[in-house]
Amino acid sequence: MAKATFRIWRGDADGGELRDYTTEVSEGMVVLDAVLQIQADEANDLAVRWNCKAGKCGSCSAEVNGVPKLMCMTRLNELPLEKPVTLHPMKAFPLVKDLVTDVSWNFEIKKRIKPFKPRPPDAEDGTWRMAQSDVDRVMEFRKCVECFLCQDVCHVLREHQLFDGFIGPRFLVHVAALEMHPLDTENRLEALRTDQGIGYCNITKCCTNVCPENITITDNAIIPLKERVVDEAYDPLRRFFRKMTGGR
Amino acid sequence: MSEHQIHEHDVLIIGAGGAGLRAAIAASAEGATVGVVCKSLLGKAHTVMAEGGVAAAIGNVDDRDNWRVHFADTMRGGQYLNNWRMAELHAKEAPDTVRELEAWGALFDRTDDGRILQRNFGGHAYPRLAHVGDRTGLEMIRTLQDYGVHQGMDVHMECTVITLLEDGERVVGALAYDREKGHLKVFHAKAVVLATGGIGKAFKITSNSWEYTGDGHTLAYDAGAELIDMEFIQFHPTGMMWPPSVRGILVTEGVRGEGGVLRNANGHRFMFDDIPPLYVSSTADSEDEGWRYTQGDRDARRPPELLTRDHVARCIVREIKEGRGSPHGGVFLDISWIKERMPKAAEHIKKKLPSMYHQFKRLADLDITEQPMEVGPTTHYVMGGVRVDADTQMSTVPGLFAAGECAAGLHGANRLGGNSLSDLLVFGNRAGVHAARFAKERGAGTINDAQVEEAGRATLAPFERVGGEGPYQIQNALQDMMQDQVGIVRTGEDMQRALDGIQQLRDRAQRVSVNGNRVYNPGWHTALDLHSLLTVAEAVARSAITRKESRGAHFREDHPEKDESEGNLNTVITKHPDGSMALTREPKREMPAELRAIIEEMK
Repeated sequence: MAKATFRIWRGDADGGELRDYTTEVSEGMVVLDAVLQIQADEANDLAVRWNCKAGKCGSCSAEVNGVPKLMCMTRLNELPLEKPVTLHPMKAFPLVKDLVTDVSWNFEIKKRIKPFKPRPPDAEDGTWRMAQSDVDRVMEFRKCVECFLCQDVCHVLREHQLFDGFIGPRFLVHVAALEMHPLDTENRLEALRTDQGIGYCNITKCCTNVCPENITITDNAIIPLKERVVDEAYDPLRRFFRKMTGGR
Repeated sequence: MSEHQIHEHDVLIIGAGGAGLRAAIAASAEGATVGVVCKSLLGKAHTVMAEGGVAAAIGNVDDRDNWRVHFADTMRGGQYLNNWRMAELHAKEAPDTVRELEAWGALFDRTDDGRILQRNFGGHAYPRLAHVGDRTGLEMIRTLQDYGVHQGMDVHMECTVITLLEDGERVVGALAYDREKGHLKVFHAKAVVLATGGIGKAFKITSNSWEYTGDGHTLAYDAGAELIDMEFIQFHPTGMMWPPSVRGILVTEGVRGEGGVLRNANGHRFMFDDIPPLYVSSTADSEDEGWRYTQGDRDARRPPELLTRDHVARCIVREIKEGRGSPHGGVFLDISWIKERMPKAAEHIKKKLPSMYHQFKRLADLDITEQPMEVGPTTHYVMGGVRVDADTQMSTVPGLFAAGECAAGLHGANRLGGNSLSDLLVFGNRAGVHAARFAKERGAGTINDAQVEEAGRATLAPFERVGGEGPYQIQNALQDMMQDQVGIVRTGEDMQRALDGIQQLRDRAQRVSVNGNRVYNPGWHTALDLHSLLTVAEAVARSAITRKESRGAHFREDHPEKDESEGNLNTVITKHPDGSMALTREPKREMPAELRAIIEEMK
């Protein structure tokens, strides 16, 4: 059976190194299979996050030969196996150990986004009526598996570490899903413009390129949100109206 | 030695899949302070893998549907071993819990007049499953997660519970470790809800992830609670067969609900060959009628591919065993054939089954709109589990509740697809409400420091042993053995051998040693999971040896028929005071006349 070498980052916040592991590979294997095989055979304490192994839970995010990917959906036959496959943890987040990073910041950010607030029910039995086409419009955003690869690759977070002033593509998608939800009545635009830092995004589309769910993050979520923010904050007619009514 | 942090909550919830999150929301709404412990990150639990939909007799697509039909379907599917009161509550309350999700932001597919759309599924008389394409579970867990975190619960992520802490008979907390640092944590709680899911990792081929090691079952058992019906394990008929590394990953029943058919290597549609007597009158007698059923013809009867999962799985095994399997040891599941029946079939398939399309394209280089899939049975779900009171979900131990897959009763000998998502909503809610009320009535108990000390020592013991075997070898040996000897086709002789094997593995597990330190060390975590895995494996084997008949998901080659004297008994497992596993059998509780009448009427 064929063998391949995996050059895996081993270490914690205090330091570490890339270490080579050679393991047997067979047809159809994905990177995560190789990592779990190495873990079971020779590195029991190799830290890696995974759950569903089918691209649905978004746990096994890592950088495969420098590219942010889900390890469970990266097949070995897509990689040049004549040289070692390099595996790094996501770079944008603090390292816990080996391939595992501390992504807790993401969970804190989500709590700060105003939750769903539906309009009153449409029918007497307390239910709503929605057209499938309205539902379809936000479905793309709701496919997100929260793997945080888009956060990892976003230079605002990765290079500039602006974790205090920018919520990152994942949560712009989350806000888009809420804002475009057919029933939602909340307004999140002011927060987007200020605390959530939508202006930092300069639409380089790095996030869209790495999304394992193929969500068109920049074009379908971020740009429409930017337009709404601009319309709301800078539209002269709206500004006049706000002044007259004493609103925001 | 065992330094630990202490956390105080009125209600501690162990597990953050659908049942745990729904319980947390309910307990918070009752005014309790709530802590949620999850083995992984929040939102990654196995609920995300649920694809087909959530069963609720809303009657949006077919107004003949109502709770009575859902109740009868659930009981028939479970071969009448179900806890009838749970089946009744479930059928009655599922519709409201689904509508409630919509109020919290979930988006389901719609009917033409804008209501929640419902689809056909195995064993359900009418289109009953509310769904979002084939990613209903993700929609549900995300909705519960996003709504839940605004209700004030404390979430302890990547934290695994080792043991429940007791004050006399009552459970008053838990000892856990966090994965990130390896620190021990003591949770002091007035009530505890188990929502830990299943035991799939006791088998080699499974749709379950590393987490599903029977933790809740074992925590309850060790605390003195009763487990029932552990012989009933659902082998989902359609798991992926190829490539080897993805073997066992789920292929949703929704494929068959949308018109997918099963064929053997000769191209024969074998499901028409064997239709169980209970279902003859409700099954199509031609391919055409079956197709019309999947397309919503109210006068057509369901195709045999939509018979219950236990039956479909056994038919597939028969085809494989008798040499009519596919190249990689499964059978063919074909949805691409529908292009003979409808225009733009490829677009239709991609719209209705987007994750299946994606999954096969990515992992198997296969376009399901063009080619058939290779599928075979995979360990999917355990019907057995912690015995609970139907109304309150409290186990036989005061202060200890259970909901979702780790609880037992609703599904009897076989679960219908779609009934697990509704199970976790209905009984997650009930468990949360009643745990909060228990907490309010009973106040705080006292943690026994000696118990914490002892459990803490046992948790760290694998680090102190040197030169022992690694944990993965033992885990693999158990999985191979359970798959071969306590799997889909069972004999008393095989299972007796497995029981001896489990004892040997237990001895080996006592000597396991781990390397490295306590920081995020999967070897250590796997070593600690062995206790639960071995406990549930033993419970399954003992229960299955005792049931000398074939019923639902439990199939005995040496007792292939149903035996009504056995069918009236539930299997009960408890921990004997000497530490050994004790098994008793109990007659089912008599069903009230009005429920019996519903079943008769729907036959």
